Amino acid sequence: MKSTRRDFIKQLGFVSIGFSLLGTACMSNETGENVAESDDSNRPEDINAWLRVMEDGSILILTGKMELGQGIRIAVAQVAAEELNTSPDLVEVNLAETGVTANEGYTAGSRSIETSAMSIRNAAAAAREKLLNLASEKWGVPQSELTLENGTISGGNEKMSLYEVLEGRQLREEIGQPTEIYGKTRRKYVGQPVPRKDISQMVRGNLDYVQDLTFPGMVHARVIRPSGYTSKLGSLDDASLQNFPGFLKLVRIGSFVGVIAEEEYQAIKLSWEVNDLAQWELGDELPAGVPLKEHLKTLDAEVETEEEKGDWESAIKEAPIQHKAAYYKPYLMHAANGPSCAVAYFEDEKLQVWSHTQGVYPLRETLANLLEIPEASIHVKGVPGSGCYGHNGADDVAAEAALLAVEFPGRHVRLQWMRDEEHRWEPYGTAMIMELEAGLNSDGKIQGWKYDFWSDGHSTRPNGEPKTLLPARFLDRDHGVPGVGFKGGAVRNSKPYYAIDALQTTSHIFQGPLRKSALRALGAFGNIFAIECFMDELAHKAGKDPVEFRLDHLDDERAIACLDRIKKMTSEVTPKSREGLGYAFARYKNSASYFAVAAHVHLNDKGIVKVKKMWGVIDSGETINPDGLKNQTEGGMIQAASWALREEVQFDKEHVTSRDWHTYPIFRFEEIPEVEVEVIDRVEEKPLGAGEAAQGPSAAAVVNAVFDATGERIRDLPVNPVEKYLR
Amino acid sequence: MKTLITLRVNGKEHEVNVDPQTPLLYVLRNNLGLKGPKFGCGLSQCGACMVLFDGKANPSCLIAVERAAEMEITTLEGLADENGNLHKVQQAFVEEQAAQCGYCLNGLVMASVGLLNEKPNPSDKEIQAGLYRNICRCGVHARVIRAVKKASAL
Repeated sequence: MKSTRRDFIKQLGFVSIGFSLLGTACMSNETGENVAESDDSNRPEDINAWLRVMEDGSILILTGKMELGQGIRIAVAQVAAEELNTSPDLVEVNLAETGVTANEGYTAGSRSIETSAMSIRNAAAAAREKLLNLASEKWGVPQSELTLENGTISGGNEKMSLYEVLEGRQLREEIGQPTEIYGKTRRKYVGQPVPRKDISQMVRGNLDYVQDLTFPGMVHARVIRPSGYTSKLGSLDDASLQNFPGFLKLVRIGSFVGVIAEEEYQAIKLSWEVNDLAQWELGDELPAGVPLKEHLKTLDAEVETEEEKGDWESAIKEAPIQHKAAYYKPYLMHAANGPSCAVAYFEDEKLQVWSHTQGVYPLRETLANLLEIPEASIHVKGVPGSGCYGHNGADDVAAEAALLAVEFPGRHVRLQWMRDEEHRWEPYGTAMIMELEAGLNSDGKIQGWKYDFWSDGHSTRPNGEPKTLLPARFLDRDHGVPGVGFKGGAVRNSKPYYAIDALQTTSHIFQGPLRKSALRALGAFGNIFAIECFMDELAHKAGKDPVEFRLDHLDDERAIACLDRIKKMTSEVTPKSREGLGYAFARYKNSASYFAVAAHVHLNDKGIVKVKKMWGVIDSGETINPDGLKNQTEGGMIQAASWALREEVQFDKEHVTSRDWHTYPIFRFEEIPEVEVEVIDRVEEKPLGAGEAAQGPSAAAVVNAVFDATGERIRDLPVNPVEKYLR
Repeated sequence: MKTLITLRVNGKEHEVNVDPQTPLLYVLRNNLGLKGPKFGCGLSQCGACMVLFDGKANPSCLIAVERAAEMEITTLEGLADENGNLHKVQQAFVEEQAAQCGYCLNGLVMASVGLLNEKPNPSDKEIQAGLYRNICRCGVHARVIRAVKKASAL
């Protein structure tokens, strides 16, 4: 490290200079502390790709993942702290940043603990072993007499900081196979509810979100939205704009229109003005006026058998008890509390972007293709934004800011979407139809199972193709539109986790009318919701207790343990009149966390369902931070209950009409149930992805509880559509 | 037309030269550098931008800065005392780890302070009613209710 360079960056606070000045990339955390050089030769096999020893005694961890509110920062700090026997207070985390952190793809799919945290664990354990080895050689003191604690190695009569031991160099050695993982043997920090450092900053207003970044000379932009997905800009008489207060530039590329002004509120008013001036040709109409559920079945679909085992057809046909049911989930939105935002800066053919994207490298590649700028000339720094729960407008707004910055070089361009843009233009979690059929034998066990589901793809994340970015649809150059996207997301958890000898699962993949991409749990939400409601229906047909019925079909001890525990947690609950108790279970992706849930609901005299309390039991294998895991799980339960009870994206023939919190209501505080979550910590097991585990089961438990309360099955979400409140 | 306006924020007077119709939120964030209050909806529907006006929590995204000049304004940054000791609501939010992404936290803290100013010992139901205007998408509500309860006992 060269201190001059470091001081230089420090003086600038948040790095805002063209990175050509600094070589390939520069790096800082939000305070400008701990700036280290990046190194093109970073290889994920090497320790220094994940961990740097800093002069001030701290350890800098480099994760290729983003903080989305899930607490990845504290989790990776804990695993590193554990292996280095150093307080997490001395561990800083650099989030995803091109040219600096490893390319870990997207922060998605509940994989950050399984992948990034485990890489960091191994790197830190390897670092400990190398550092002790180095000190031992340096001092001629046997390793067994050395102690590494809080960034210092001591032994014999010697004592040195890790930085001194390394004499300022970094550990470029390969990680290899560390001999001991303290996270498995000691667990001083891992497995403990270590508080998140960022929450202390948040309550003071000291945490910089991407929405909060400020740079000298920064200007503000807004985009003017077309009337619909395929609208074309007709006329736009912009003669009057020159005298508008703060006006700097109107950018028009085909049907993509943006404005840039000195001040933020000037840019907003300017965008209203341009919106009034712009004439749009609508383009294709949306299928309004027909129930969406019916419309989706009329679409062309690619049909594929996903699973097939045994003679399921006869097994159902010859069963003494047969049952079928169809379920529906509407389009749901991510509905981030903070509208998407990005800052972009273009100068000397180099582009810098600050973004809350879930994938800095995929975004960089896609921007390079969109803007026809070499990837090596683009630097994307991940800065946390509002929680996203999947692929929302983060990448789109980054692309829009970049397009505008290229047209307005030399000043930082900040673009934040307005509320209606976030609600109406983000890519939604797709609507799905789920149809199930089963046959039960005389013992009440499932002997045949058939599941058909209709779904759009579940992910159109930036993958290098510009068409995945919203503004590409409106540019003069035709980039096309995204097709179905990642079909695998639709199939997720479509195979039941239960032991069933004869079954078939068939996907019907359509391309639906609305823009869609990954929403927390992807297809697992719809699939688990349907399967777990259907299991409840089958239990009822078999005359069995719904939890017992599930246990009869499970042979995985960990699954059984979750259900046993949830039963115990609710053993004292006795629903009163117009109240019910419902259960559900799933193992996310059939390979990640196990989650069992119960919901206690109440119906008022208008038939509006309110959740009184929810209980959850989660087994994510080895737990890194039990409070973080509980927080994620509680949040997932509340969010999924809100999806199930309240939420549905609506549209007319022009475009989406769910434009704000009145037209797209989500849970508010008066609707919030009590929640209680227990964690089953299995130190000997691998840690498993957890952030999406609660979604499907929680919705099913709520709906099953409604049946328990009323004897009526609700199979279409949302349970409480807006119309119910108008009665 | 820009006008000089004097605002009283966090116990200090600030003079800003802005269009008097500019909503207070933009002035706090961009002119005074107070980034605690967040833009969430610009419609007074979500509470992310809440500040205290004469001790009462209200959104700042629609009120014109010239009207706000008539009141004593407190933002998230102004809650801690001069020694940096956190307000009991902030302290309780930290202790309960009542946040995920934290974007709504400003509004939740300010609304809770406003609530406790009026009702020092609220019941769970009163806390829920008191925070009715605040949207949280991560689902930390249950923790927030515990935090407000805890703060009321501090």
